[in-house]
Amino acid sequence: MNKAKLSLALAGLLVLAGCTTERVVLLPSANGASSAVVVRDAKGEVLLDKPYAAVKRSLDANTGYQSSPDEVKARFAGALAAQPARPASYVLYFEAGGNVLTPESQSALTTIRQEIAERAASEVMVIGHTDRVGSVEDNDRLSQKRAEGLRDLLVESGVPAEKMEAVGRGERDPLVPTADEVDEPKNRRVEISVR
Amino acid sequence: MIKTHWAALCVLAATIAPGMAAAGDAAGMVKVVKGTVSIERNGKRQTAGVGMPVEVADRIRTGADGSVGVTLRDNTLLSAGPNSLVVIEKFAFDNTTQDGHMSVGIRRGTLSVASGKIAKRTPESVDFHTPTSVLGVRGTEFVVEVAGDRDE
Repeated sequence: MNKAKLSLALAGLLVLAGCTTERVVLLPSANGASSAVVVRDAKGEVLLDKPYAAVKRSLDANTGYQSSPDEVKARFAGALAAQPARPASYVLYFEAGGNVLTPESQSALTTIRQEIAERAASEVMVIGHTDRVGSVEDNDRLSQKRAEGLRDLLVESGVPAEKMEAVGRGERDPLVPTADEVDEPKNRRVEISVR
Repeated sequence: MIKTHWAALCVLAATIAPGMAAAGDAAGMVKVVKGTVSIERNGKRQTAGVGMPVEVADRIRTGADGSVGVTLRDNTLLSAGPNSLVVIEKFAFDNTTQDGHMSVGIRRGTLSVASGKIAKRTPESVDFHTPTSVLGVRGTEFVVEVAGDRDE
């Protein structure tokens, strides 16, 4: 049989078998929050909005169906086993108006250093925040200063500087929303995201 | 003809426009490697290792025994199973404003996705696509499979 005939025969077999060429399965989200995926092709769209809701493509059309944990395991075990560790986030708090950590936050630093050391090819994002006392510009500067101060503290304790990035988000992302000029300790913080 | 010119112009604009994702921009880092995994950049294939940066326009391939895990800068987790080809077509993320966009193609094999900060803030600026379909995400974990032996 020549190559063309062989591929024709193969194609025929695949069509007979109702060949599935693509598949998408929505998984339960790790934190239990509701989530969804919309799968669009030239002909329309299928909404997946429940765990294991799925779509498969055969004969050039997407059809919805309900998949299962077993099917996901059978088809996607390799991909799922290679998923990187989930990023971990820590929040450290400051005494009012300055750059000094609260005592609790001082001790949390040990856990963070450990987390950074244990992860493969870890990267660290240090994000500074302020409360709403003072101007937006001053708070941008203060939040940047807090983030850089914490980064320097981590560098001193042995975390390589090139793993880290420090950014200041000022007062625009409060943990506790307040009116302007409110002294809210929970908003004077630095978030450390390790991935 | 006019269409072709426009296309060329768009490509040019995309390359020079500031703030747009361009080939070579940092997108993430390889965190997990099992078996044979390579990254093709500027037409050159290199063996991937843990800690290798992933850039815009990279083509990530796994062999029959391979799988790979990548964390993008907005905390999106991507991982591909054996015989896969995944292309980071666009990626931009600003840490200060948290604005960004991304587009990832799965050409063959299997891909698992846990979406990150861009999808949370601006889901409309995130897309994943197969050869026939586009996936819009809403703060999501999902898996995609594409059969066939496409290598482009």
